[in-house]
Amino acid sequence: MIADFAWIRPEPHGIHVVPADCWIDPSQAVANALVTHGHADHARGGHGRTVATPETLAIMELRYQTREGALPVRYGETIRLPGEVDVTYVPAGHVLGSAQIVLEHAGERVVVTGDYKRRPDPTCPPFEVVPCDVFITEATFGLPVFCHPPIETEIAKLLKARADHLDRCVLVGAYALGKAQRLIAELRRAGHHDVIWLHGAMERMCRLYEEWGVGLGELRLVTDATKDELRGAIVVCPPSALNDRWSRRLPDPITAMASGWMRVRQRARQRNVELPLVISDHADWGELTRTIEEVNPSESWITHGREEALLRWCQLHQRRARALALVGYEDEDD
Amino acid sequence: MEKFAALVDALVYTRSRNGKLQLIADYLRSTPDPDRGWALAALTEGLSFPAVKPGPIRNLMMERVDPVLFALSRDFVGDTAETVSLLWPAPDTDGKTPPTVSEAVDLLRHMTRNSVMRELPDLLDRLHPEGRYALLKLATGAMRVGISARLAKTAFAQAFEVSVEDVEEYWHALAPPYADLFAWAAEGADPPDTSDRPLFRPFMLAHPLEDTVLDLDDYVAEWKWDGIRVQVVHAGGETRLYSRTGDDVTGSFPEMSDALDLPAVLDGELLVRGAHQGGEAGGAASFNALQQRLGRKTVSKTMLAEFPAFVRLYDVLLLEGEDLRDLPWHERRGRLEALMPRLPSNRFDLSPVVDADHFGDLAEIRASARDDAIEGLMLKRRDSPYVAGRRTGLWYKWKRDPLLVDCVLMYAQRGSGKRSSFYSDYTFGCWDGDPDGGAELLPVGKAYFGFTDEELRELDRYVRNHTVNRFGPVRETDKSLVFEVAFDSVHESKRHKSGLAMRFPRISRIRWDKPAHEADRIEALRALVRD
Ligand SMILES: [Zn+2]
Ligand SMILES: [Zn+2]
Repeated sequence: MIADFAWIRPEPHGIHVVPADCWIDPSQAVANALVTHGHADHARGGHGRTVATPETLAIMELRYQTREGALPVRYGETIRLPGEVDVTYVPAGHVLGSAQIVLEHAGERVVVTGDYKRRPDPTCPPFEVVPCDVFITEATFGLPVFCHPPIETEIAKLLKARADHLDRCVLVGAYALGKAQRLIAELRRAGHHDVIWLHGAMERMCRLYEEWGVGLGELRLVTDATKDELRGAIVVCPPSALNDRWSRRLPDPITAMASGWMRVRQRARQRNVELPLVISDHADWGELTRTIEEVNPSESWITHGREEALLRWCQLHQRRARALALVGYEDEDD
Repeated sequence: MEKFAALVDALVYTRSRNGKLQLIADYLRSTPDPDRGWALAALTEGLSFPAVKPGPIRNLMMERVDPVLFALSRDFVGDTAETVSLLWPAPDTDGKTPPTVSEAVDLLRHMTRNSVMRELPDLLDRLHPEGRYALLKLATGAMRVGISARLAKTAFAQAFEVSVEDVEEYWHALAPPYADLFAWAAEGADPPDTSDRPLFRPFMLAHPLEDTVLDLDDYVAEWKWDGIRVQVVHAGGETRLYSRTGDDVTGSFPEMSDALDLPAVLDGELLVRGAHQGGEAGGAASFNALQQRLGRKTVSKTMLAEFPAFVRLYDVLLLEGEDLRDLPWHERRGRLEALMPRLPSNRFDLSPVVDADHFGDLAEIRASARDDAIEGLMLKRRDSPYVAGRRTGLWYKWKRDPLLVDCVLMYAQRGSGKRSSFYSDYTFGCWDGDPDGGAELLPVGKAYFGFTDEELRELDRYVRNHTVNRFGPVRETDKSLVFEVAFDSVHESKRHKSGLAMRFPRISRIRWDKPAHEADRIEALRALVRD
């Protein structure tokens, strides 16, 4: 006899935890929200109460200018919601504060991964495998063509491009929350200790990371630089600023972008990228499938991306699975 | 192969022409023979291996990955070779050495329909994803990295500091991997022997006349015909027709393939006979008629009968074993005139010299040329040798004054390379009736030059401030800015909604001052159609 997990229900605008009447990463404002991490397609504003890690709540406060209804839960801490639902936040390894949400009710356990990755990341604690009955997994890079190379090789490419063109600068497009700080931290780890220059839109999030103990070295704003100061420099901006008028102030920039999508040439060409860096904060195909094997759930629910291929993989491996049709998730520039 | 793969990827991501030139030149300089020759061939004309086709490659992949997962991946990636390069399972043993380009070419050449299923996997197993991509692209002859033969030749010339005209001439004499070409350019060996082969010789080109006044004692005037400049070559019993870029276009004009039976290299204008007589000179239909014949792989009998091709000769470069290129123009002209009776008159005629006593008379002659299948005048120094490329002071082209219309800017698109942050490609239109009576604008052309850098910045600002819609890299403007557009001619075209297509449109002036409703109507443009 297979349980039907009627107490947890995927609806178009989020996952509904019925006995507690709360929603996971809802795409519209609700009374009670459980939020996995701070990216905009997961952490919307305007909820009555928001349960999330302290880091995620800080990120949301930065974005929405309010802490109203914030209820912090630390990694590993369990809280009990009405309707006898126990909730535990477990690291997801995606960005600062990102968590998997573990729900327990009536002897059944459901894990919602939010976004996650399995690679080491100096800006957040690593993903933890939690065995469960239902595993609700993301599938952003859910195609077997996606295999993220080790970040060290991509960082080496970036540093080489810089060293080969000291009269120019390397302009790296990176998602402002998570990707940018991980990129900077990895550059520092690789021994690059020069000033890293930022687009204005990056500044507050980088400062927040530093307040939470993630050292990023010396960062300065491009608006404070002379063109000559930027020669031989690495500049980080949001992907949307890459081909914008903003970049004209830079000395003949080499356009780079740090994203898992850069694995595919056409994607890189669409963005006018000269130096594609395959750096992602999501699990690649190998990690997605390995994680399902390790978690070994009796059912996998697949969402957030290319559900079809992962669903096919589950079928081929005699694993029960279904694709959820949730709205509001986007391909982050990730 | 890994170095070649790195080059291929760098070319994929490099937009600027100079960047591409430098990448290729660096590769050619730093790579040994015969790898660099094979690489050059793969980048330009493409290599072909009959047994290695997309079908077998797909089948090999299906043996290794679920067909549904393959199909989903192929849909996302958009390219079979790239999908296979990414999906190919990483080989078990790491100790395998990647093949060199020439080793890969050698293996690919010897594969048969049967052995390919066994041997191609071995080869793929020795490579990383980037190497697999380059290998599969090379094997299927579809590099698509935006490298024209001309660009590759320029890069070659740049790499070894030789003249691009020489490269062009010898290149065609040789087959990949071009060992003699590299021996000549890189090691100073004798140039390759080109006699007895129907080879392309680089064209002599002209500068625009601008405001120069020439003395007709030193210069002779000739018509410049509105067709396709071609070179007709006969050698070793074979006749070839080459376009200005050195492309072999014989296949599109089979009637020319047996028109010449003496060893010669002739320079002329390819035209087709048609209903439109070109004044006294006669017989040539306009460029639009010629377009009916262009780019067709197979030519129907009706086509051959309705639009028969012929070449109107300007010059002779080689004749019966003698290289005439160092002779002055008037001597070559004498040889050409003497040759005419020996050529079939339905396939060749002679472009006449235009008689004028004074340079001033030419302006009138030129102005009256608009009704003919004539693009303008050529002025050639009477003592000029035939030299490849453009040399100051030898040949001038004096085109008819361009035609002008006032159009309204409709859409703007981002440029590429240095201009990628600017909206620099403009689509403009004319009114299909009275603009005050509810007429609409219909696009009539597209241009991306004719303005200064300063004007480009102003236009870019204008586009951003007047955007009403965005479609990807394209912005639709509020249609308030008028361009004076210059163009060489205008023709009927079914491809455009306006039914008209311009040749060589460019922005002649930005009419910041002119209100959009005063721009021209479609009828005004249609009145300029001459065919
Ligand atoms: Zn995320
Ligand atoms: Zn997400």
